[in-house]
Parts: sequence; structure tokens; C-alpha cells
Amino acid sequence: MNSVPKFLQYSKTHEWVRRDEDILTVGITDHAQTMLGDLVYVELPEPESNLESGQECAVVESVKAAADVYSPVSGEVVEINEALFETPQLINDDPYGKGWLFRVRPYENETAHLLNSEQYSKQVASEAH
Amino acid sequence: MNKKTTLYLSHLAANAKMIDFAGWEMPLHYGSQVQEHHYVRQDAGVFDVSHMTVVDVTGQEAAVYLRYLLANNVDRLASGKAFYTCMLNNQGGIVDDLIVYQISDNFYRLVVNSATRDKDWVWLNEHAKKYSLTLTERTDFAILAIQGPQVRNKLSALFNAADLQAILDLKRFHAVTIGPLFVARTGYTGEEGFEIILPAEAATALWEKIIAAKIHPCGLGARDTLRLEAGLNLYGADMDETVTPLESNLSWTIAWEPKERDFIGRQALEKQQQSGVQHCLVGLILLEQGVLRNHQKVIVEGVGEGEITSGSFSPTLNKGIALARVPAAIGTECWVEIRGKQHRAKVIKPPFVRQGKNDTVAIA
Repeated sequence: MNSVPKFLQYSKTHEWVRRDEDILTVGITDHAQTMLGDLVYVELPEPESNLESGQECAVVESVKAAADVYSPVSGEVVEINEALFETPQLINDDPYGKGWLFRVRPYENETAHLLNSEQYSKQVASEAH
Repeated sequence: MNKKTTLYLSHLAANAKMIDFAGWEMPLHYGSQVQEHHYVRQDAGVFDVSHMTVVDVTGQEAAVYLRYLLANNVDRLASGKAFYTCMLNNQGGIVDDLIVYQISDNFYRLVVNSATRDKDWVWLNEHAKKYSLTLTERTDFAILAIQGPQVRNKLSALFNAADLQAILDLKRFHAVTIGPLFVARTGYTGEEGFEIILPAEAATALWEKIIAAKIHPCGLGARDTLRLEAGLNLYGADMDETVTPLESNLSWTIAWEPKERDFIGRQALEKQQQSGVQHCLVGLILLEQGVLRNHQKVIVEGVGEGEITSGSFSPTLNKGIALARVPAAIGTECWVEIRGKQHRAKVIKPPFVRQGKNDTVAIA
């Protein structure tokens, strides 16, 4: 069973969001990395670029497939996880920790459209059927 | 309802992630596709490939039939010897690729793809009508492929001394029958190894002995990256009925001699050989980080365009690699379009990797 930590918020497209004061950290969920398998390549948004909520902003590629990552919120990219360029496998090994993708300063503090862990778990379960 | 091989429960017990492959429930990986790839390049791995179709051809005119059916010539075979060949249509297009073993006089064994099983069976039967022979599909068999540089060292745990010697003495593309086992020194990974065809009811016991001998279970995911690194074509991706062996880097599988041997597709191939081939199948290595994918566009400046037929990521080279069908006049480099952007790639003659080593040869 894939982990879905309670302290994070989620998007329907399998990104997770963690709030640290006014900065949001974004990654892909354990479920998403499991579905993709061994990751071998990532493209991340440009630092200081502006993202719209729902915009395609990164690509994660496994041996098997390429997947778009959608920005869960609107905001400015303040940091990207450069370690992933060398070691994309960090996303498989630690999707909620060392495998984070980028950090955003959101334009608004509005993350109400995101799912909580329970809602996201339900969505994953329903996709399996 | 998908078909299951006799090892289905063994795969589940080994934590396999199962996928639908041509109507079969098959293991994609047992945890990490990349790790399994490395096992086969550096150590030893076992694949369940029982989904593949085995057809025995027996009877007085078996050889005459195969001589006409296949682009390679079974006169080159002898008992215990095998080759790789294509089966062509009248236009020279590839109906399927297969391995043919001669087991004894008037007894041949074909191993064809599972995805093409139905049309192959029709094709084989249609052309068999004129001949005195019997075609038997061996759904009672399982097939295990054990592959990797350490396989030979690990076989002593599986066989007694006499049988082990018979197996270790096999030359490439030779096979030997050991009790209920048919053991061939063949494979689809570019590594040393064997493929074992055996009665399905004996497969689980052998699988367990193989795992106990520290030969790691490997899924179809690793099988695909291994065969791609080895420059081995995949039917349905790199070739199909619309292309000939000459356009698929498989000229070496055509037996042109003796000239008087007619085989299906021969006339079309000769015509194409004379007029010149417009497209060929080459290897590409992405010169930047990234992954190549099937159907990405290949641009050859001043020449034309082509397409990637099998693209992936090479765990051995740590680079994006692909087979691509391109204009025959391609040079040493080209562009590949990935998500709307062009990326530089080097053109090579496959394989990318042979026996665990980077073995790329630039195309002159």
C-alpha cells in the first residue's frame, strides 16, 4: 500500500503540496511514482518563472513512460530540486522528502481546492476500479 | 479474461507487478525494472516467456515447406542447430520474426511471437496445405530464459554433472534435449544464456530451483531495455508487414543462395535490392539527458524525416537510446523532436551494448 501522509495536501493529478509558512513545496505522490516505476529523467520549471494553477510545469520520465506534472497552485517558483537532475531515483526512494520537485511562493494563500489525505486516498482507490 | 502462464502464482508470490501483454497476464517487474536490467548485464536473471508461441513442424516435407516459408534457409540447419529468421509476405513485408530449431530429420520447432499468434497460425496452415506435414501448437509447454554473465556458473545447482557438461558445451544457437527439457543457447538480451522449453507442469519446480540458485526473476520491462541495448528488433514496433528485412537491419537473415531456392517474398526483396533501399533502421543515442520514445520524429537536415520505432532509456549507458527508421542517406548525427523541441542525437549501427559493454559503432 502506498503512503498518503496526513500532513500534506494533494491534487487530483497526483501532486502533493506541503506548506512551510508562505512557501509551498511540490512533489509527486508515492502512488504516482509507483505507477511510473524507476524514474530516469526530470524536467523542472525555471526558477523565478510564474506558474498558473493546473499548468504543465514539469516532466518526470521513467523507463516506461513520461508524465506531465501540473502546478497545484498559482505562484512564483522560488527553488527547484537540482539533485534530481543527477539522481531522479530520489523520487522513487523518498517521494515526500528528498524527491520533492520545486518550491512556489503562491500568489494567494488559497489551497482550499486541494484534497486532504482522505479525499486523495479515496480518489486513488476509485481509479483502481 | 487474460491468459496466464503456469508460473502466474510464482510471479505473484515474488511480488510482480502484472500487466496485460498481448492478452497475457505477465510480470512487468518485481520491484525495479532498472535493477533487473543490471542483474542480467552483470549477474543472472530469469524470465518467464511462456506466452510465446511454440509450433512443431513434423513430417516428410517439413524441410521443403520451411524452405519456401522462411527467408533464411533451413538447409543450413542440422539436428540440434537453430537460426533466427523472418517469415515474409509476397511483398517482402515481415509477417513475423522467429527462431527455428531443427530437432531431428523431419522435425522442426518454431518459436514465434505471442502478439502475432493468431495470424501466424493462419499463415502457417495456409501454406502447409500443399505439403505432407503436421503443425502442432505446443500450448503444453512453458519457456524460461536464463540470461546473464553468471548464468553458466550458477547452472551447477540445477543439473547433474553429465547434463551440465552437455549444456555448457552448447555452441551459440545450438540446442540439446535433456530429459523433458529442451535447452538452447539463445536469448533476447545480448548476454550469455539459455532458453529452456519444458512441459508446463514441470515449470514451477524448475523456476524455484533457478530462484534458489540466485538467478533473479526479471520482468518484461527489463527484457525490453535489454533487447533494445542489444539492438534486437521488436516485432510490431521496429518492423511489421509494411517493411522488409532490408529496411529493418536484417539483411543478414536472408539466405540469397542458392539462387534457385524460391521463398515467399524473394522476388520483392530482389527488386528492392536492385532499386535500392530508401529507408533503413539505425540506432540513435541522445547526446543530452533525456529519454527517447516510440514515434518521436527524427529530422535529418537536408535529407528528410524518419521516426523512432523503439525508444527508451539505457540503464547501462545512462542515456536515451532508440531504434529509428530513417532515410538511408542519414549521416552521423540527426535531430529528434521531444515535446516540440529538437535535440541532437548520434547515429550508430546497433547494438548499443554487447555482453555488458558499451559497444557502439558509429555509422560511417
